[in-house]
Amino acid sequence: MSFIRNAELVPAPARRSLATLFSNVSRWRVPLSILALCIMPWVLPSQALAVNVLIYGLVAVGYNLLFGYTGLLSFGHAAFFGAGAYATGIAIGAFGVHWFIAMLIGVLVSGLLATVMGMLAIRTRGIYFSMVTLALAQLVYYAALQASSWTGGENGLRGFTVSTLHLPGFSVNFLDPLVKYYAIMIVVAAALWFVSRVLNSPFGAVIEAIRENETRARACGYDVERTKLLSFILSGILCGLAGTLSAMHLSIVPLDSLHYHTSGLIVMMTLLGGAGSFFGPFIGALAFLSMEDIFSLWTSNWQLIVGVIFILFVLYLPKGIWGTLISWGKSR
Amino acid sequence: MSVTNIGKQFGGLVALKDVTADFQEGQITAIIGPNGAGKSTFFNILSGALAPSSGTLRFRGTDMAGVPQHDYVHRGISRSYQITNIFPNLSVLENVRVAAQAFRSRMNIWADRSADSDSQDRASAMLASVGLSARAAAPAKFLAHGQQRALEIAIALVADPALLLLDEPTAGMGPEETREMVALIEKLAAQRTILLVEHKMKMILGLSDRVLVLHHGQLLADGTPKEIQANSEVRRVYLGQNDGYA
Ligand SMILES: Nc1ncnc2c1ncn2[C@@H]1O[C@H](COP(=O)(O)OP(=O)(O)O)[C@@H](O)[C@H]1O
Ligand SMILES: [Mg+2]
Repeated sequence: MSFIRNAELVPAPARRSLATLFSNVSRWRVPLSILALCIMPWVLPSQALAVNVLIYGLVAVGYNLLFGYTGLLSFGHAAFFGAGAYATGIAIGAFGVHWFIAMLIGVLVSGLLATVMGMLAIRTRGIYFSMVTLALAQLVYYAALQASSWTGGENGLRGFTVSTLHLPGFSVNFLDPLVKYYAIMIVVAAALWFVSRVLNSPFGAVIEAIRENETRARACGYDVERTKLLSFILSGILCGLAGTLSAMHLSIVPLDSLHYHTSGLIVMMTLLGGAGSFFGPFIGALAFLSMEDIFSLWTSNWQLIVGVIFILFVLYLPKGIWGTLISWGKSR
Repeated sequence: MSVTNIGKQFGGLVALKDVTADFQEGQITAIIGPNGAGKSTFFNILSGALAPSSGTLRFRGTDMAGVPQHDYVHRGISRSYQITNIFPNLSVLENVRVAAQAFRSRMNIWADRSADSDSQDRASAMLASVGLSARAAAPAKFLAHGQQRALEIAIALVADPALLLLDEPTAGMGPEETREMVALIEKLAAQRTILLVEHKMKMILGLSDRVLVLHHGQLLADGTPKEIQANSEVRRVYLGQNDGYA
């Protein structure tokens, strides 16, 4: 059969170099991101900013697994970030647990929370899904506010400090900002590599199919609900991991890390950089936090400027920074 | 596949009522009837997308009640849609590959999807047989209408189903494309059971072994194309008013 009468079979000529560049960037995405992460503290204005980019970059990449790749708009991802942070902080502060075990506990708790929230939210669709995730995350926020003997309530969780990372055979001075950056970077790079593998896997193909057409994905033989739930849990675990890193970095967990502002921030960073691409959310976090860093020096109304820039992006460059660059590369 | 006393209500609306039929393996059965007769609803029930309000559905001896929709294709029932239902932003090849992959590694989050060369090969072969190889890398949404219909069928077919349900496969196609589709369906029929909803009478009468006529959700007639043509009631409610299709 040849339904290809209208097909443009003209092979595109040599003006492909930019497209080739972008497909190479995509192929080498893991080594390239590690390279970028290695030089980040040297090119950004401060190491504190660089660490923030690492942590929020990981949050946004984890969030994007659900939002950009599975097509589910969650407004509740602060819950996983915060749960990871609180669990790690409490494990260290109240139980004196080894930092590595505390991180595992943080990841586990956020994974469990994601399983519960996911099972409740996944059966709803569209705006209802967003609202259910928002409401459940607010529940977690109020629970943390009430359980102040454990969480420190409004003041946030304090009283735990990781000054040295003890590893078999050697230890790392976690108070040296640069050492701390690279220690956190190793974890973030491993997580990025993990996400990259997941996206390349058959599972990655299925979540994209679900984003594109849920009905057809189901007719093709995929258990859509189970796949969505797994994506939700993976996404929650990645945000939880970022939360544990944040707790160890700051030695405090602000109550705000569970607030819906944080959830909104995650969505904004992802959209700003470009959902549905591997690098987009990380670049969104980088752009957002850099703007905050620069504009907040000039004016206390920096959120207004960032807000306007965000709106301009949504209106005129809906694919975000990285998504737009990719389209340019392909159309040249 | 056998259906017994299948009924379906949407609120107060009776879309299907007491439909009973048996489908022999290896036959092409056409389902005809005016718009709103319940043909697509019938297909939705046969493919598990809708649960019937009453009646039973048996496939190869097993009762299909309670079988989740996504299991239907694994049991050998696959369908195409009346309104093109593809993965618009995925490449044409990926559209078919992801459908083929469902039979290999459903939930694997650790393997590399390109290592599944079997799905890759089946998808490429499928695209070749519907004439879409040249467009394999294009996003599916950029295909022309006829090509999207071909892709629609390819996604359903790569499952290699024992029972294939085609809902108006030639909808919106010109005569040339329709001829090509008929040739494809004839080729497919050698190895499987096909159910086909169509409006193009000439095509149906030439292609099918058997014709079912639905009218207001009820089975009005069931017979060979010759018997259906001769059935006076069918002529009255359907064939007569649809001369334009013939
Ligand atoms: N999901 C649904 N909800 C409510 N009514 C429906 C639904 N699907 C079909 N119907 C109604 O059922 C009747 C049969 O529709 P359908 O099976 O699509 O007919 P056909 O495919 O023969 O044109 C129509 O009156 C239609 O409006
Ligand atoms: Mg129909």
